[in-house]
Amino acid sequence: MTGTTSEAEHGPAGTVWQSAPYPVLLVGGDGVIEHVNDAARALPAAAPGVRLADAVPAWLADAHRLVTEAQAHSLVTEAQGHPLVAQDVSGLVAPVRGLIGDRAFEAHPTPGDRGSGVTWWLVDATDHERVSEALRLERRRTAFLAEASNELLSSLNLDRCMEVTVRLAARHLADAALVILPAAGRRHPVAYCGPDGRVVRENPAVDPREVPGLAEALRGFPPVPSRWIDPASAPGWLAREELGEPGSMVVTALPGHGVPAGALVLLRRSGHASFSEGEEVFARLFAARAGAAMSAARLYAEQAAITETLMRELLPPEARGLDGVELSARYRPAGATELVGGDFYDLHPAAEPGGESLLVLGDVCGKGLEAAVFTGRIRTTLHALLPVAGDHGRLLGLLNDVLLRGDRRTFVTLVLASVRRDGPRVTVRLTSAGHPPPLVLRADGRVEEVPTRGTLIGMLETVTATTVTVELEPGDTCLIYTDGVTEARGGPLGDELFGEQRLREELEQCAGMPPEALTERVQMLAAQWTGGGDQDDVAVIAITAPRAGRETTLPGLGRESASPRAGGGIS
Amino acid sequence: MTAHADLPTGPGDVTAGQDGVMAGPGGVTAGDAVSRAELLWDAAAAGDEYAAVDVVVAALDDGMDMESLLMDVVAPVQARVGREWAANRITVAQEHTITAVNERVLAALAHHPSTRAPAPALPAPHSSMPAPHGSTSASRDHSPAQHRGRVTVACIDGEWHAFPARILAEVLRLRGWRVDYLGAQVPTPHLIAHLHRAGPDVVALSSSIATRLPAAHAAITACQATGTPVLAGGAAFGPDGRYARLLGADAWSPDARSAADGLDAGLPPRPAPGRQAVDDLPHLDDQEYTLVARSARQLVRQVMDGLRERVPAMASYSPQQLRHTAEDVSHIVDFLGTALYLDDPELFGGFLAWTGEILAARGVPARVLLPALDLLAERLTDFPRTTGMLAYGHEILRTAAADTGHAQNTDTGTGPAPAAEGAGGGR
Repeated sequence: MTGTTSEAEHGPAGTVWQSAPYPVLLVGGDGVIEHVNDAARALPAAAPGVRLADAVPAWLADAHRLVTEAQAHSLVTEAQGHPLVAQDVSGLVAPVRGLIGDRAFEAHPTPGDRGSGVTWWLVDATDHERVSEALRLERRRTAFLAEASNELLSSLNLDRCMEVTVRLAARHLADAALVILPAAGRRHPVAYCGPDGRVVRENPAVDPREVPGLAEALRGFPPVPSRWIDPASAPGWLAREELGEPGSMVVTALPGHGVPAGALVLLRRSGHASFSEGEEVFARLFAARAGAAMSAARLYAEQAAITETLMRELLPPEARGLDGVELSARYRPAGATELVGGDFYDLHPAAEPGGESLLVLGDVCGKGLEAAVFTGRIRTTLHALLPVAGDHGRLLGLLNDVLLRGDRRTFVTLVLASVRRDGPRVTVRLTSAGHPPPLVLRADGRVEEVPTRGTLIGMLETVTATTVTVELEPGDTCLIYTDGVTEARGGPLGDELFGEQRLREELEQCAGMPPEALTERVQMLAAQWTGGGDQDDVAVIAITAPRAGRETTLPGLGRESASPRAGGGIS
Repeated sequence: MTAHADLPTGPGDVTAGQDGVMAGPGGVTAGDAVSRAELLWDAAAAGDEYAAVDVVVAALDDGMDMESLLMDVVAPVQARVGREWAANRITVAQEHTITAVNERVLAALAHHPSTRAPAPALPAPHSSMPAPHGSTSASRDHSPAQHRGRVTVACIDGEWHAFPARILAEVLRLRGWRVDYLGAQVPTPHLIAHLHRAGPDVVALSSSIATRLPAAHAAITACQATGTPVLAGGAAFGPDGRYARLLGADAWSPDARSAADGLDAGLPPRPAPGRQAVDDLPHLDDQEYTLVARSARQLVRQVMDGLRERVPAMASYSPQQLRHTAEDVSHIVDFLGTALYLDDPELFGGFLAWTGEILAARGVPARVLLPALDLLAERLTDFPRTTGMLAYGHEILRTAAADTGHAQNTDTGTGPAPAAEGAGGGR
């Protein structure tokens, strides 16, 4: 709009803008209002002849001053011969925002020509701002819920879920927050997070009934909405000194999957706004997510503990040194997700010094947990049959009888090894029942197959087997393994069996190795042969006659070689 | 597990501590540690665990502190295993035996009175900022004997060299950390299950062999997805830790001592949720890694067939010689794949240079590998990144071969001679 047209519109006949829906103010170069339209009623003081500064809120008066100054400056610039550039002009007409009464306006200035004044168009932006604000809030909450879900979903660890919950709550919902779990014994695990973002873990013995709504929230029943607490009556473990004068407190249940996950307490300082209804609803949305994550973590921990307990019976035992005999046993199940499988070994140390120890290594048909459960039955049965271990054939016959009475579709191949120290030598009685024959690696690198043969166990009415006794001289090792080694498929070309010949060639290079190095070498060869491909279960036992000077075992020396992935290390 | 030097474990050695200070914290001088390491080496090489244990117990009796003993005596002996094997000065059996003895030494040390951790230290200051996702738990419980924090130490799946990880576990225990040591080649699903159950403050992942890096990447990302920060270590991650950074690890340390120092100074912040492995390596988009890795065994067969045509001498190879040659080719393909994964030709070049040295130490000129590279290049012409890597590797090998030939005057071969001991690895 130019000065010329505004001149024309000043006419008493009224103009287009006179009835425009938004207030319009024409302000002269001297800062005095020249004209107002009908809608300018919103500004009762605004009338022709009144100074703008006296009629409008300061923000608009200030904006007017800036526009006028910029106008003057651009006139000077132009007078000096520089043409006005678009940027300068747009700078002059940028709208400003502010409140007039209780409504929000966006004021658009239109400068007149040559300092002849400014026309202000005031657009009511109240509803627009309200919607924008609501959108901003909603976006922030959505982002927060997304972040919360991300963090909560990432862990199945209850402690970690508690910490994430309390930290997010303190950061986004309140000044400080507590998560209280249902009691473990008399004590309630508590996580507190203050305004500094530090999470503190506590385990106080408290009575939840002291806090209104807390007992119900912890029980998860009856379902109650968030409960306000009078901060003055809150017990000390709930109110925190670092928050100073407590303002508002609210207790929200953390709903779980059928089991209550705990309670969330939000704390705000006095002086900070107390919780609005919208915030309470939002806190419940957050609590629902946190509760779901925490109860999932709790269920996972319980399941993991049950699995661990049941699995303990199925995991292979630690291989200890046997009365002057060096020993290593290793087992690695096929699947990356499995801990147990169809291969197994077991160790039964001699009852008295100088006696025979019994070692068993075997392979049941099948894979995975089902096979592992079957190995458990076989190990238990063999344990019960230990009194007849002096006669391998009889022991195998009894085992066969037991297995035949059970599920006829399952069978097992195994090797029994009765081991006895005999001066510097070690005597090993070996019986194979349908299993790959053991190998003896002599200290000079010769590899001999032990010619024991027998029928597999659990299929036929009668079983036969030949027992072979070998003498291990110092430095000799007897190696018993499952076909996971020799039937490993892969190699550099991808489709070859590892095979017994290759195993023997490799063993020839391994003379004199300590047994734990040898079992590891064998396991590694099989694993590397398959590369990333499918690998069967592998179990390996090495029995070594100690070399001279090694007849005793230092305390704690490493005979404990690997049971698979048993944690805990060496101390 | 044993630190056999089957494959190059990178130029920097994670366990080597012998270049350390002149007088360490335990009143140990560098010279003292070196001479004790020499004694330990001799005992271990002789397979004499009793003499070996005597060496380390004597060091403790003479006032050397346990950490210095581990870092400056035991670890360097293990690091030497790889170098001695590469130089063809020890056999595979010796390599395994030395490692086994060294592990028995560690086990014996774990029972020595001086391993008892010092009085529990103050809780480690977590990274102090209430940063975007920084964990700030001040304490785990209210028991008086607090640990500094809980650390899980594990080797990447397929990684058999557990010794560096085991040293780290011992050093951290000595410093008062609660350590869960999971050992060699931990399948990632087991590792993640452990993290959910144990909820450690940090997980330390060890890898020595570069070809495990793609698996390491998967493990790092999976650990971080549980909100657990990852400290990477081991020679596979490069002497300056460049691959640890590339694969998004939260921290990296060149050896156990600096790893412990770093953790003592403050835990790495919790990783931000939602990070995705694909963001780290945009070049994987070209599928070259995927295609080379997927057809690796087929490529080996094709190269072997090609070699038979081009190298008449191969007709007289024994089955074992053929197998060693196939293993060498297989390693070349594996390292090529890893270099593609990381988009780092130097990794491939470094492997070839190392293999050249291994061959040279066994009297085989490095140029025997050139026809294999040529055959690979002919089969992978459609892959620009791969072609570039192979050309780079070719250049490295030619240079190395020229040097070796000059020095040893063995450059008279006309084709690939099989490495008697198996050159590129498998040992």
